[in-house]
Amino acid sequence: MKRNKLFSIPYVVWMALFVVAPIVLVVIYSFTTVDGGVTLSNFTRMIDYIGVFIRSFWLAFVATVICFALGYPIAYMIAKERAGVQRLCMALIMLPMWMNFLLRTYAWMSILENTGLLNRFFSAIGLFDLINQIFGTSLTHFNMINTPGAVVLGMVYNFLPFMILPIHSVIGKIDRNLIEAAQDLGSNGYHVFRKVIFPLSLPGVLSGITMVFVPAVSTFVISKLLGGGKDLLLGDLIELQFLGSAYNPHLGSAISLVMMVVVMICMLLMNRFGEGEETAVML
Amino acid sequence: MSKELIRLSDCTMAFDDDTILDNINLYINDQEFLTLLGPSGCGKTTTLRIIGGFLEPTSGDVYFDGVRMNDVPPHKRMVNTVFQKYALFPHLNVFDNVAFGLRIPKTADGRPGRKVKLSKDEIRKRVLEMLGIVSLKGFEERSVTSLSGGQQQRVAIARALVNHPKVLLLDEPLGALDMRLRKDMQNELKNIQQAMGITFIYVTHDQEEALAMSDTVVVMNEGVIQQIGTPEDIYNEPKNAFVADFIGESNIVDGIMHADAVVEIFHRKFRCLDKGFAPMEQVDVVIRPEDVQIVPEKEGQLVGTVTNVTFKGVHYDIIVDFYGFKWLIQTTRFYPVDTKIGIKIDPDGFHIMKKSRYSGMFGDYSSYSEEYEELADVNYDPDEDEGSTDEEE
Amino acid sequence: MKRERRAGNRLFMALIFLFLYAPIFVLIVFSFNSTKSRAVWSGFSLDWYRELMQDSEILSALSTTLSVSILAALIATVAGTFAAIGFYNMRKKWSRPLITINNIPVINADIATGVSLCLLFVAACGILHFDLGYGTLLVAHITFNIPYVIMSIMPKLYQMDKHLIDAAQDLGCTWMQAFYKVVVPEIMPGIINGMLIAFTMSIDDFVISYFTAGSKVQTLSMTIYSMTRKRISPEINAVSTLLFVTVLVLLAIVNMREMQQEKAHKKALVRARQ
Repeated sequence: MKRNKLFSIPYVVWMALFVVAPIVLVVIYSFTTVDGGVTLSNFTRMIDYIGVFIRSFWLAFVATVICFALGYPIAYMIAKERAGVQRLCMALIMLPMWMNFLLRTYAWMSILENTGLLNRFFSAIGLFDLINQIFGTSLTHFNMINTPGAVVLGMVYNFLPFMILPIHSVIGKIDRNLIEAAQDLGSNGYHVFRKVIFPLSLPGVLSGITMVFVPAVSTFVISKLLGGGKDLLLGDLIELQFLGSAYNPHLGSAISLVMMVVVMICMLLMNRFGEGEETAVML
Repeated sequence: MSKELIRLSDCTMAFDDDTILDNINLYINDQEFLTLLGPSGCGKTTTLRIIGGFLEPTSGDVYFDGVRMNDVPPHKRMVNTVFQKYALFPHLNVFDNVAFGLRIPKTADGRPGRKVKLSKDEIRKRVLEMLGIVSLKGFEERSVTSLSGGQQQRVAIARALVNHPKVLLLDEPLGALDMRLRKDMQNELKNIQQAMGITFIYVTHDQEEALAMSDTVVVMNEGVIQQIGTPEDIYNEPKNAFVADFIGESNIVDGIMHADAVVEIFHRKFRCLDKGFAPMEQVDVVIRPEDVQIVPEKEGQLVGTVTNVTFKGVHYDIIVDFYGFKWLIQTTRFYPVDTKIGIKIDPDGFHIMKKSRYSGMFGDYSSYSEEYEELADVNYDPDEDEGSTDEEE
Repeated sequence: MKRERRAGNRLFMALIFLFLYAPIFVLIVFSFNSTKSRAVWSGFSLDWYRELMQDSEILSALSTTLSVSILAALIATVAGTFAAIGFYNMRKKWSRPLITINNIPVINADIATGVSLCLLFVAACGILHFDLGYGTLLVAHITFNIPYVIMSIMPKLYQMDKHLIDAAQDLGCTWMQAFYKVVVPEIMPGIINGMLIAFTMSIDDFVISYFTAGSKVQTLSMTIYSMTRKRISPEINAVSTLLFVTVLVLLAIVNMREMQQEKAHKKALVRARQ
């Protein structure tokens, strides 16, 4: 069997080259400048962008909370259905995930735009006239796109299935006998949920939170398309440093490094308590 | 003294096209140790779950103390269950598992009224007391996933009993334990039952276990109660071929009752003790292997040839061919294959049963099991057989 | 469950599904719009599909995407299978850190992976004198595909009865034959699933491609992105619709396979119990 171990050698080499080396490069770049000296200046420069950091984390946090508030109940409801219905529901939830996420985000543009679907709909039913009458304003549309709200909406829309999947998976695996045992000992429905189901579902919740928060913090497409590019998020910032106008890969690396550290911390937390994200990825 | 506590009245349980329980009538007395015994798929676990409130019978009624309980959910019944796979809460330690039921505000006796919450001290006292009874003192802080099977079993028992239920339901609780531990636990359970005066309703497929522990045994097969009685009754006076074969080993042959206390088998008349059959009535005759005495060929009431000998330690199991019918006989002496032997059976060694739908299905020792015979049958299709559904087990 | 609560549950679920599908529905409907508007319906037409078929930029991007995805998926599947088997046979001491490193591209944010690879390629290109292009794109895709393949195969390896290999050798197989005759068939569902997932990840990818393809090569996602920045046209809707239908069909096939496998598995279990 020893020969089998050697099977992985080519891949280990590949990983060293294309996974480890790039990260090492990022680290190196973050601590150097264009002239080549070792420095912490990239990190101090980041303080200028503290607003961007705060905004990114805040929006990601809001999106995660909303995903949890919507996703947990859905996962729970689906887990209670018959197996056939469950499979159908999960397939329906996963199907949008397989669509290109640019397109999914783009779709919201035509809905949220000032001349988009929603505003036309409101106009058609006379909502604006009504509001103008009551409040004495002169609205012709709601400003929905290019707002932080739109960005959060985009995040929730794109990442909600990532919250539902692991929670549903973990709840589905809870031994039916445990629920019956709790009932046998005197728990009514609510008590069973609070004392048995919810505690046992926490690994899935942690997975879900990680799988939503991490991409939400680092996205840049959503903010460009739905946020109008005015309020920068971390992703926009990084992109600017590498491919955009403000070409400074050192600063970009520093920002990426900080972001990666945050991600690693989340990953550690999840490994300790959570259910492997492999199950969630396994569609 | 023995007042009736639980009654199942005409209970039927059907699932799609399957009838899992067919018209079950059963009553259980206070402080009784009653066992539901039968092969897998017979309906015993379904019956237990109906009593526990996890299933509602398709028709028929369940009474507790005279009150109809069909739609009362499990958490409102004065019944606790020990589950087959223990169902311990993995996220709680031993103490919290046992205390789980105590921490839920309940009314006394489960009747409507003000809900009482037990104080922390009271809970602690009762949990520790119960852990002492199941010999798990000092295990309070342990995680349940780190315990052995036997220890987990005792936590499950403690968790159920600490609530002082009137009735404890046990679903094949000892199945996963090894033989010696199982025997010790059987004793322990019996002692606990008698000491605490709780009604135990026990489900098992192991007839030795049932005979050892129970006050009353209910033998079930295919959703129908075959016989109810004390262990001695069930063993000595089985009602039909199924019961006779399921409990212990039995040789079951066709016979004719010539008159009271006279039975004919293999064209020979024997004295027996049973009465009350019609003259020349066709009957099933049960002769237990231990009731057969082996004598020299000339002195035997019947003569047969040994076809198989197995050393069992305490005795030999020998299979003897009598006129084409294979008997199981237990003897402490060794008889080589192809020996011709004679047998003698005392009158009390015969047990006569009326013919039933099970006649002819059991009692011949060409093989020990049904499945073995099925293997020889080329046309046998396992899917056609009424097997166990997923609900049953 | 009480009836009212069930109705409430169903309503909530319906709302969520509506939320998930409304934008897609809008996209599809307006791909058939006869005018350029993406919000005002003026009549049914296939114009945008026709334009799409003639748009050379999109078509070349599509062919690039398909070729990269297929190649990357195939290579990743083969490499990943061998790697997974290698890890499986290692001592935990070695396999655990290696598997953790393997998971990095999955767990890391897209942009971090893309950016780090970009740095590597730019540095390498400077030294080796070639540009970012198809090659770097392919390498990037393979890099992030392999972890998914491995993650799909490892569980199957662990589920596999270890004694199968012993049995094969006992019956006369060399370890190589045992591998082909026994291990590969056992893990085949994992391999195929891994390949499908890798393919999907590649097709869907935007961020990593964006940073590693350079300026001369475009994937479909990159084209769409530039279209959304510059000229917004219902051609995009047409692309979406086509993609959606393709994915729908693929998913249906995968699901039906799974259901068949489950049914066969269940039947075997029931049989074994008797």
